Amino acid sequence: MITEYRLAKSGKLLIEILPDKCDFCGCCVGVCPEDAIELKEAEIFIIGPRCTNCAKCVWSCPIEVIKFNKDGVPVSKGQGL
Amino acid sequence: MINKEYDIVVVGAGPAGSMAARFAAEQGVSVLILEKDRDVGYPVRCGEAVSYAGVAEFIAPDERWINAHIKKFALISPDETEAVIEFDEEGLILERRIFDYELAKTASKAGAEILTRAYVNGLLYDDGKVSGVKFEHRGESKEVKAKIVIAADGVESRVGRWAGLKTHVDFRDMECCVQVTASGVNPDTDTCYFYFGKEYAPSGYLWVFPKGENIANVGLGVGGAIGKKSSALSFLNSFMEKKYPKASVLTSIAGGVPCSPTLDKISGPGIMLVGDAARQVNPLSGGGIASGMIGGKIAGTIAGESIRHKKPDHIFSYDKAWNDRLGKRHEIFNKIKNGIYGFTDEKFNSIAHSFNKVPKEKRALGNLFTTALIHNPSLLIDVAKVFLIK
Repeated sequence: MITEYRLAKSGKLLIEILPDKCDFCGCCVGVCPEDAIELKEAEIFIIGPRCTNCAKCVWSCPIEVIKFNKDGVPVSKGQGL
Repeated sequence: MINKEYDIVVVGAGPAGSMAARFAAEQGVSVLILEKDRDVGYPVRCGEAVSYAGVAEFIAPDERWINAHIKKFALISPDETEAVIEFDEEGLILERRIFDYELAKTASKAGAEILTRAYVNGLLYDDGKVSGVKFEHRGESKEVKAKIVIAADGVESRVGRWAGLKTHVDFRDMECCVQVTASGVNPDTDTCYFYFGKEYAPSGYLWVFPKGENIANVGLGVGGAIGKKSSALSFLNSFMEKKYPKASVLTSIAGGVPCSPTLDKISGPGIMLVGDAARQVNPLSGGGIASGMIGGKIAGTIAGESIRHKKPDHIFSYDKAWNDRLGKRHEIFNKIKNGIYGFTDEKFNSIAHSFNKVPKEKRALGNLFTTALIHNPSLLIDVAKVFLIK
């Protein structure tokens, strides 16, 4: 079976948000240098083509909702481009 | 029904946005507030502590949204030594979901319109100047034109960046916070407790703020760099297990507090930033309610004048007005923060021990600073500036 991966600005997207665990607090959006996170009232996703996999959102998430996935994020996981 | 065009559109109905809207609307200009959530004031993302004076400048204090009146600070060092300081002014613990709502009502009373569930997702431009916003409302894409957009969109601060201002916060300056409101926690109802040290909250602090008998906000913030190893949540979980294993958690929230000086630029053609979006937070305490309302008041007043006198460039005077009122002071607080957050646990302990040797009647915040200064004399210059600037 071939797995398709989401794409970042270059290469695979390695940042994965677990929306079910998210509190939608906006901490990650505030530290994102690329404006690559979309956050609505109770909806969050990474805008792949803008993301540089810098991981600042991973480090700043207060409740461990954003993970660095070194294998890449499959298309089947999460929303967004 | 909202109109197609307003003099001013404010994005966000927190304290800063509501005050910006109110002080503009009071001048007779048309104002619309767009709030992304379905309720003004909810969800709360805040420790809810503020000084009485900081609130009273804007709204008559009302017991309906005051949970506790604070007279004392207890600063707790890593070895659990308590340094208690009696306050000469009063602090308040708010019920933000009611407080924010009441503030929005004052904006509405002044003539501002409010639309909730309105998610702003882009800006309109006219000849390089911001001229309105795009937003989604109940699944429909809409636009509204405005002569001035005031971004009060909180820690995310995306509206400002769409307008070309650099708003993102260095992750090391972001205090990553978690808080529970828990019953079965019994602090003195007139005391705010602050815990320092690497076990509690490295490059930050842990707080216990009473919200009445048998209930308190227990929360903490850690600097973003800490998050490479451990999350804010892991620190709070271990504190709760150790200190309050039987507490019932009524609400739990996460949030980010930008603990940096104000952004270099908080206005641009057709755009002004207020509150957390402008990083108008006291970087030492992380408090942003009072300073956000002050930022909102200054911005709203100037925006209203700009419209009435048909002088679009007048909004650029906002940066200086803010810096004169609080911005410069926040720069000094930021330096003190960097000094204090560099303290080792041993240093916190020895400050608390020395402070407790000061006769009780002489213990004041000033003494604590003096004690801290003996340990780190370079802070002296920064502290001196705080008092010089006023």
